[in-house]
Amino acid sequence: MDSTVSILVLAHVEPDGALARPALETFTAGADLAKQLGAPFVVGLVGTDTASAASIAAGCGAARVLMVNGAAFAQARYATDAAAAEAIARASGAEIILAAGTSRWMRVLAGVAERLGGCIDTHITRVVAESGTVSIARWYYRQRIEGVTSRTARPWIMAIEPGTHEAFAGAAGDVTAEPVAVSLPELRSEVTGVRSPASGEQTIRPDAALLLVAGAGWTKKQADGETHVPEAESLILGCLRASQASLGGSKSLVDLSGEGQAVLPFMTHLNQIGQTGSSPRHRKGLATCCHGEEPHVVGWRFITERRAVNLNANCGWAQGKTDVLYVADAFEVMRKVNEKLGKASEDRPREAGRS
Amino acid sequence: MSYHIVVCAGIVPDPLQSLEPVMGPNGPGLKNEMMLPAVLDPWAGHALFEAAHLAAGHAGSRVWLASLAPKAKLQQVMMTVAQKVPFELVAIDGPASGFTDAAAAAAALADAIAAIPGLDRSKLLLFGGWESASRAAGATLQMIGERLAITDQFQGVDSLTIRPDGTFEILERIEGGRHQVSTCAGAPAVLGWATGHLHEPANNPQLGMTNMRTLMPSLQKARPAAVPMGGTFSAAAVPSQRRETRVVKDLSPDAIAEEIVEWIRQ
Ligand SMILES: Cc1cc2nc3c(=O)[nH]c(=O)nc-3n(C[C@H](O)[C@H](O)[C@H](O)COP(=O)(O)OP(=O)(O)OC[C@H]3O[C@@H](n4cnc5c(N)ncnc54)[C@H](O)[C@@H]3O)c2cc1C
Repeated sequence: MDSTVSILVLAHVEPDGALARPALETFTAGADLAKQLGAPFVVGLVGTDTASAASIAAGCGAARVLMVNGAAFAQARYATDAAAAEAIARASGAEIILAAGTSRWMRVLAGVAERLGGCIDTHITRVVAESGTVSIARWYYRQRIEGVTSRTARPWIMAIEPGTHEAFAGAAGDVTAEPVAVSLPELRSEVTGVRSPASGEQTIRPDAALLLVAGAGWTKKQADGETHVPEAESLILGCLRASQASLGGSKSLVDLSGEGQAVLPFMTHLNQIGQTGSSPRHRKGLATCCHGEEPHVVGWRFITERRAVNLNANCGWAQGKTDVLYVADAFEVMRKVNEKLGKASEDRPREAGRS
Repeated sequence: MSYHIVVCAGIVPDPLQSLEPVMGPNGPGLKNEMMLPAVLDPWAGHALFEAAHLAAGHAGSRVWLASLAPKAKLQQVMMTVAQKVPFELVAIDGPASGFTDAAAAAAALADAIAAIPGLDRSKLLLFGGWESASRAAGATLQMIGERLAITDQFQGVDSLTIRPDGTFEILERIEGGRHQVSTCAGAPAVLGWATGHLHEPANNPQLGMTNMRTLMPSLQKARPAAVPMGGTFSAAAVPSQRRETRVVKDLSPDAIAEEIVEWIRQ
């Protein structure tokens, strides 16, 4: 046990003062690690209104809460976030620093490690301490090889992959948060807003229980020798609306959309899952009209329960990779699925701009 | 307005190859690593195409491709990449392994970039992929940026628009399939690209010949860099992911839908 080590968890606070799920997951990871090492546990908060987040941190066992407040820190901007994280890290003196692998922290944490003269690992799925030695697990080569490594350099920043830990849900506690002063460089950048996909339909929902994966089969000629793209579109969107699922696409389907063909306009590179796309974490996944080849089926890697609908019983996304493969026409099946989900999508007008 | 764009791009095993880790005395590597066909790291490749596109629209701009890789393999990859867009190569001879440390790779790249003759740091746009297909950490570019004292950094970039007054509008990927919109006063800046909007340019053999004239000398004088492992590895493995698949062949669409809906609702 190394009682000289201290653990810092960095969290950015949402505009309404809340902590998003990835931050609460990192609280769990940090508190667990501190307990295993018998080390003090410090939380650092960044944002405009950090009061309620501070009480949650106290409830989670934080011995100290450090905070960087102010309007400049409401934005997810490199110059301000890096300066805030650096100042908190220095004030805490922590040797191990955990933060959620959100887009906001992922933009700055490696830069902060460089400033601190420390080291960093990202996309961490597990942190363990054994006989005082801390090691982490993460994936290399785009989710294809899992490695376990430990480092002696400090401070060691760890970006924890969202969806890998239980979110802290305990009661709040009492703490007096300590403000930390930050010196900012000249600010040359400003966040001006957030843009949603052009189609206006939200199709990516990181917190959804179900991932619906659509493959290029939806746009191919069907038994009658014709393509049925408008129906494919309404079936897929209908299922998303009725189930509140998140939508993933195979590379082939996404590339088709990018080539400007009249296919599934809501499908963009942001939907692509797999080796050259993203590997989202969801409890269930339903693949429809996808084929897939061995190295690219990593899109399934973090989906716990998997099912597939394909006309081809030898489908590469299915054999040995899904729990159930339904050999059937996805158009027919999804029509019925949508009916049963209570919302027959095909006779509803398209609700562009609403989700 | 002209720009000096340095694109950092490594090389990675062709994504179609099956990868198998092997433990060596210093840590893991890939089985037959030197034999595996390699390609330009995909997201960094998008960055290169974006850089060339940007340079073409801003007279007087220059594009460098900075790559840390075993020089023989890099030369092979350059045979194709050189046919895509015009650039000057800054080669550093070192490992392309995903298991090496990002900070050491960043140090070697930053030193090489700082030493580029004629590079105007006030015009510098440091491009690369927001994540590599090897280490997949999203760390190297930020560290190079810090070493070059650039505090305007953007990651997961899908679009860079240069406005008439020379300021930038940048779209970065954030959660939920959305983009964060930012403005930036201009160069210098770091942009880690996601897919962007450009297609891979077709091969142009003539361009390849022109590029190769500067590429070969750069490869020849590539400085060696030692890049240690990213920590002490106790394991590296491809977890077995075989599942028992229940194949359902003779159910009606209605009965299948019934099963699926019941499962979704669980
Ligand atoms: C360098 C590289 C990187 C890649 N990276 C990725 C990646 O990150 N992610 C990824 O997904 N792919 C990736 N791929 C491609 C991948 O290997 C597959 O080729 C691709 O995913 C197949 O896409 P698909 O299933 O949409 O299309 P197809 O292979 O065309 O399959 C269509 C499927 O639809 C089925 N189908 C058709 N009609 C119906 C119907 N009515 N009902 C039921 N089923 C039907 C067919 O049986 C078929 O199986 C990559 C490829 C390369 C070369």
